[in-house]
Amino acid sequence: MSVAHTGGACAVCYRAVARDRIPSMNVVVCVKQIPDPADPGSLDPQTKTLKRDGKLILDESDSYGVEMALQLVDTAGGGEVTLVSMAPNNEVSGLRTALAMGAAKAVLVSDDALAGTDALGTAKVLAKAIERAGDADLILAATESSDGYTGTVPEQIAELLNLPSVTFAKEIAIDGSTAKIQRQTEAGYDDVESPLPALVSVTAGVVEPRYPSFKGIMAAKSKPVDEVTLGDLGIDAGSVGWAGGGQEIVEVTAAEEREAGTIVEDDGEGFNKIVDYLAELKVI
Amino acid sequence: MTGHAPLGQHVDPRDVLATDSLLSDEERLLRDTVRQFVGDRILPEVGEWFDAGTFPAEMAKEFGSLGLLGMHLEGYGCAGTSATAYGLACLELEAGDSGARSFVSVQGSLAMFPIWAFGSEEQKQRWLPGMAAGELIGCFGLTESDSGSDPSSMRTTARRDGDDWVLNGSKMWITNGSIADVAVVWARTDPEGPDGGAVRGFVVPTDTAGFAAPEIHRKVSLRASVTSELVLDDVRLPADAVLPGVSGMRGPLSCLNEARFGISFGAVGAARACYEAALEYSLDRHQFDQPIAGFQLTQRKLVEMMVSVQRGTLVALHLGRMKDAGTLATQQVSFGKMDNVRMALEVAREARSVLGANGITTEYPVIRHMNNLESVYTYEGTNEIHTLILGHAITGIPAFQ
Repeated sequence: MSVAHTGGACAVCYRAVARDRIPSMNVVVCVKQIPDPADPGSLDPQTKTLKRDGKLILDESDSYGVEMALQLVDTAGGGEVTLVSMAPNNEVSGLRTALAMGAAKAVLVSDDALAGTDALGTAKVLAKAIERAGDADLILAATESSDGYTGTVPEQIAELLNLPSVTFAKEIAIDGSTAKIQRQTEAGYDDVESPLPALVSVTAGVVEPRYPSFKGIMAAKSKPVDEVTLGDLGIDAGSVGWAGGGQEIVEVTAAEEREAGTIVEDDGEGFNKIVDYLAELKVI
Repeated sequence: MTGHAPLGQHVDPRDVLATDSLLSDEERLLRDTVRQFVGDRILPEVGEWFDAGTFPAEMAKEFGSLGLLGMHLEGYGCAGTSATAYGLACLELEAGDSGARSFVSVQGSLAMFPIWAFGSEEQKQRWLPGMAAGELIGCFGLTESDSGSDPSSMRTTARRDGDDWVLNGSKMWITNGSIADVAVVWARTDPEGPDGGAVRGFVVPTDTAGFAAPEIHRKVSLRASVTSELVLDDVRLPADAVLPGVSGMRGPLSCLNEARFGISFGAVGAARACYEAALEYSLDRHQFDQPIAGFQLTQRKLVEMMVSVQRGTLVALHLGRMKDAGTLATQQVSFGKMDNVRMALEVAREARSVLGANGITTEYPVIRHMNNLESVYTYEGTNEIHTLILGHAITGIPAFQ
């Protein structure tokens, strides 16, 4: 399967036949490298954004997409997983983790002019990076990053690439040129089908990301990371970064401290108080 | 300028000397992977394993899929990492429990290493890939009930009978013995025979007639680890069961050297876990209206523990770099094993005192580590023997007898 169905009807037929003979699935996963949540992060008072000048790691919420992509390629019996990422200072630590898990290669966009890039700018860059990564049958992303939480980038990429977009996937199965997706909802899940190629955002926690194996870790350092700048992608520096930002962070304030919970002393009737409390919340 | 960082700069309480900066990105990723695995798979359950006196054999396959088993060996399904990386993995495993690290040490350094280093191509092909994957478990039989620090006094014999070998004797304190599929057993050959009484190594499938491995119970140390006796009663083996590449005590001693190297790192992990438990506890525990970490006596304990852990880390890393450079001497391994295990035991005891009464339950990791380290202090060359090895090294006078 491939995005580039360029040869007309016969080419499509040919590809369908070829797919049966040589099963293959190329999945691109958008991954973000973020400051380690275990270390206390801090905001730059000037820009009101998170400082990202230290070591970055693979966003845990992206590890689910990487795992799902690896499973889909395994199931297909061929193809590969390609990562795309945008990060300052040519940071590759997080990419190496995903490469050690089993991804084959990566495209990394790093450019000083990207500082301050908002969600739409990020989508523009990642869309170009996905095109550079080559023929993709499926593009996966997390529903949102663990540091920015805008939760809009996947759908913006889909729009820019003119691809169908499905959000909150908890399970993906490939049937020919169709993706069958269980889309998580508050009540349960919807069964959704989408033609491929498509962009699907993956809910955190739906698969168990594998540990990078030691062989994978050692192989990761020699896997190709295509480090590119805005110029390489043909993106005007003025359309991204602080210059191209369509949004501005006006003010940052500390989150309110959570109030202490209620403590119920159990005098033998404590369960009644809990039942009353739940009834008050209208959950029972 | 003196090159000092500004005063007041943040240091990591868990790594005050920033020893992390001595690792490569690859080593850090591997270390972090093992640390995560230990946090996910070992720490939540090890207290129960310890209480129940068991180590689940199923963990072998999980160790295998990660690449932990025989990780610093090349080929035959082994990961082929550096020795330093193997040490770092031992450190993280033992921060979970010495039993988990013992499993990996025995499988990789004591059972797989002799097959890898001294085995025939057929022996390597037959055993190593399955052992690397954790599908086959190995053990190592050298120590006997009356033959510990002086292993050459062993009584287990290997007699030639036609082309076959016939083994008789028993081995003691054998980690993984009762769950092993294969045992590497060291036995003395007939002084009148072609091997002239030399000690030879044998690869013994544990389903061979005459082989038994009853488990040793009533331990209060290394409880999350299987310890056994090996009984060899006319165990008849084909000619190709002997390890062809080595004859004499060099065989088993070179295996022990591999394992001791890993223990130099592992002990630091146990010590670190105790120090971190004490630090966390002392910041939470309030007495006289303040955290006990605020008392000078407690701070002294915490700082001494921290310094010991950091110093042990530096020693271990230095040994790792030398081993990777091919310059590590056995006496230097003795330095690491002797000093780091002793250090870890002292840290564990100090940490126990910080935790007060809570320090004696397996709700906290400290007494588990403390009890485990009593075994680690003795196995793989006792503290005393390593001291004498170093004594010999600096005086030129052997004091073993």
